[in-house]
Amino acid sequence: MSRYRAPFLPGGDHPIDAAFAARLLERALSRGGDYADLYFQYKAAGALAYEEGLLKSANRGVTMGLGVRVQKGDATGYAYTERFEPELMLEAAQTAAQIANGGPAPAVAVPTPRGLPHRYEVEHSSLSVDGETKRDFLRRADRAARAYDPRIQRVQVSFAEEHKEILIATSDGIFVSDRQPLFRFSVAAIAEDGQKRQSGSAGGGGRYDLGYFWNAAKKPEDHGKEAARIAIAMLDAVDAPAGELPVVLAPGDSGILLHEAVGHGLEADFNRKKTSNYSGLIGELVASPLVTVVDDPSLPGARGSINVDDEGAEPQAVTLIEKGILRGYLQDRQSARHFHTAAGSGRRESFRSAPMPRMTNTLMLGGPHSPEEIIQSVKRGIFAKRFSGGQVNISNGDFVFSLTESYLIEDGKLTAPLKGVNLIGNGPDVLRKVDMLGTDVEVSDGIWTCGKEGQSVPVGVGCSTTRISAITVGGTKVGG
Amino acid sequence: MNERVKELIRIGQEVVDRAQRQGAEVAEVILRDNVDLSAKIHAGAPELIEEAGSSAIGLRVIKGGRSAMTYTSDPSELGLSALVGDALELAALSEPDPFAMPPEPGLLAKSVPDLGLYDEAVGKIDAGQATTWALAAEKAARAHDPRINNTDGVSAARTAGVMALVTSGGFAQGYASTYVSLSISALADDRDGKKRIGSDWDARRFLAQMKSPEAIGIEAAKKTLAQLGAEKIPTGELPVVFHPDAGRAFLSLLFSCISGGAIYRRASYLVDQEGEEIASPLVTIVDDPLIPKAPGSRPFDGEGLPSRRTVVVEAGRLRTYLLDTYSAKKLGKVSTGSAARGVGSAPSVSPTNFHLLPGAVSPEALLAEVDRGLYVTGMMGFGFNPVTGDFSRGAEGFLIEKGRLTRPVSEVTISLGFKDFWRNIDAVANDLDPKSSYAAPTFRVKKMTVAGQS
Repeated sequence: MSRYRAPFLPGGDHPIDAAFAARLLERALSRGGDYADLYFQYKAAGALAYEEGLLKSANRGVTMGLGVRVQKGDATGYAYTERFEPELMLEAAQTAAQIANGGPAPAVAVPTPRGLPHRYEVEHSSLSVDGETKRDFLRRADRAARAYDPRIQRVQVSFAEEHKEILIATSDGIFVSDRQPLFRFSVAAIAEDGQKRQSGSAGGGGRYDLGYFWNAAKKPEDHGKEAARIAIAMLDAVDAPAGELPVVLAPGDSGILLHEAVGHGLEADFNRKKTSNYSGLIGELVASPLVTVVDDPSLPGARGSINVDDEGAEPQAVTLIEKGILRGYLQDRQSARHFHTAAGSGRRESFRSAPMPRMTNTLMLGGPHSPEEIIQSVKRGIFAKRFSGGQVNISNGDFVFSLTESYLIEDGKLTAPLKGVNLIGNGPDVLRKVDMLGTDVEVSDGIWTCGKEGQSVPVGVGCSTTRISAITVGGTKVGG
Repeated sequence: MNERVKELIRIGQEVVDRAQRQGAEVAEVILRDNVDLSAKIHAGAPELIEEAGSSAIGLRVIKGGRSAMTYTSDPSELGLSALVGDALELAALSEPDPFAMPPEPGLLAKSVPDLGLYDEAVGKIDAGQATTWALAAEKAARAHDPRINNTDGVSAARTAGVMALVTSGGFAQGYASTYVSLSISALADDRDGKKRIGSDWDARRFLAQMKSPEAIGIEAAKKTLAQLGAEKIPTGELPVVFHPDAGRAFLSLLFSCISGGAIYRRASYLVDQEGEEIASPLVTIVDDPLIPKAPGSRPFDGEGLPSRRTVVVEAGRLRTYLLDTYSAKKLGKVSTGSAARGVGSAPSVSPTNFHLLPGAVSPEALLAEVDRGLYVTGMMGFGFNPVTGDFSRGAEGFLIEKGRLTRPVSEVTISLGFKDFWRNIDAVANDLDPKSSYAAPTFRVKKMTVAGQS
């Protein structure tokens, strides 16, 4: 247990107390900055890769450091050090301080420790569990995938885990620390049948201990079978149609559409700089009145959940769109000051990067319809089940997302599986076309990572079965 | 040799010795040291100035065919002893893999060519200078046309680093490198209130190779203005011409299908296709790590093998996959010297400068031959499956009518499976710019499905 612990927390080799934090903050503000903060981070991470019936490799490493940020007006100075020797930390504070060029140094409030919510109670982080136990999970998934169908030719299983400890101290008196466990289990299978070859992948995880694998449908075998099922189902895939069609989204992972169509555009940094298509639209109708979108960092154990954001603020659920009306943005400290509201969505990849507004778990609330009823309502369209990812052009809201498992809907029934296809739309335009929502809201199992300006953070997405009356489907088959 | 490289080699040698003393049969250490600076500006003022140095050490050990990797940012006695101890402990967990071994010592690079990867002037760029360049690019973009009313992501950055590789096979070499970049996106409001965005960038190993900040700013502004009024076009099958900024993405997708890792895993549509015709005779693709001053160049690969130029596709025929030692052994071949090694991972195949070689025609001549088609300047999304070659992505650009760009197009997708895509290339232009490691000149595909309005 004690093998993986941050040197800067109590009991470590370089414990940082409030008094030393104040000294670093004073140095950071010594050239006249308005505000400074410290982000100490320790991350132990491991990965296991199982392939061709062997645990082929095991890897583990530790990264740690201190990031120092100084703000002067709208300008930020940032520096970090990977070592916790006091003189090196003071030097990083001095480098960040350079953003301000003179002027009086403001007083540093005495950092005061405070408690946090408990959104991921993990007594035994997966990293501290013996490797043989985890190797066995990988082997079980591999066997289940192979046993699913003799056409399954290749299986790769991996387990990635981390244990992160952070300490945040700010010049306005915040002093807070958190431990953030996280793992992700992934299976990829390849099926071959004559000349046809297809792949399928599945997985899950979150901020849990290994007890996750005892939940219904979360056993290693379940993930293995699911990857194999997709690969086999896709062997019969036909060319997808091209053009505008109704699309029904499956619950859960389809929330990726919200993440791209509205989530990024509602991050407040873009709106503060007026580079988003949602700039200046608070209070306006930006979606169908059926649409309510919430970013919720409090879901227990979810991949995107956090007890504290990476600026020391307390993250709360934020209603972004309520019955079609734009209600708010995702705020970090800098943008919250601009919009005169509360922060809580400031996140960063590591101590090497300054924080910015980011999503946590982004969900669309459900509606009154049964999933069957929604599919039956479509004469000809697409049922979208699995995705490999998406991307958005923040400035105008155009977004794409890529389907890896989808089916044609004909006369209200799912028929042929479709080859990998891309959907393209414009955020507000597509959200105005949401016209049926199901009762079956699901949150994705923990697999998604969001990238923004080179920084990756773990996120969750979720929604119910959802009908969109028309969206452009990028298949190869014209007409018919 | 650079003093810092010597120091990294000394630490690397110590780690190799320790690992061997503790029972490792093979020990390989990669060490990296970087000093980074970036200046981001917005609306005429600095927004974010970042400056820091980082270092990392990665170790791979093999014992009885069992491999493990560890990494740390801590070069202290405590850090190194955990690095070695953890690696040997983890190796006991993995299972013997007869293919896991380093290259034969006789094949290792004997000398390290000087490829001109380090520019002292780049290492000396300070925050003030980087900020000035970014501001100049923004000012030029806004001054170019009053309709440019905002910018995004205006930043100038430089990195200067050293790396070293030390292995129990007797390899101990390293080199220094630099990289400088400037990028800007310019925004304008369209008639319907939609914002349009256009970007330009440059990135080079040598400061003197860089385009001026003003030229980059003006180019971004021009691209933005050209997108004003962009609309979908009707769904149909059209010839498609790719601008180099869009077209280079196809090189990265093709790489994922000819990399040895994908081939032995049978995770590529090009499995069992060596020697076959996979593309039009106009297509020749080369991986060349030896181009002086190029971004993807390296004097040796991630396993210490000498760098060499490899013709991957020659006039449409797939000549070879790119291989590291492991994938070569799995496929019964020899490495093409294509291993890269990250600090936290095992060696794996990576491209260096992976280029579609230029043809003879000018981009203008190539466009002039198109009666009605799509000129793609940017793509979005991840719609590609290397196992099947299925390709479908979002695209923007211009409609080509009678050889001219007539109106801007956005919010369409383009699709065509790779089996047909590469064979359907019917023109390759002469405008290759090797500023990125994946690079292509302008090229044309005879026919793709363009999905827009029904």
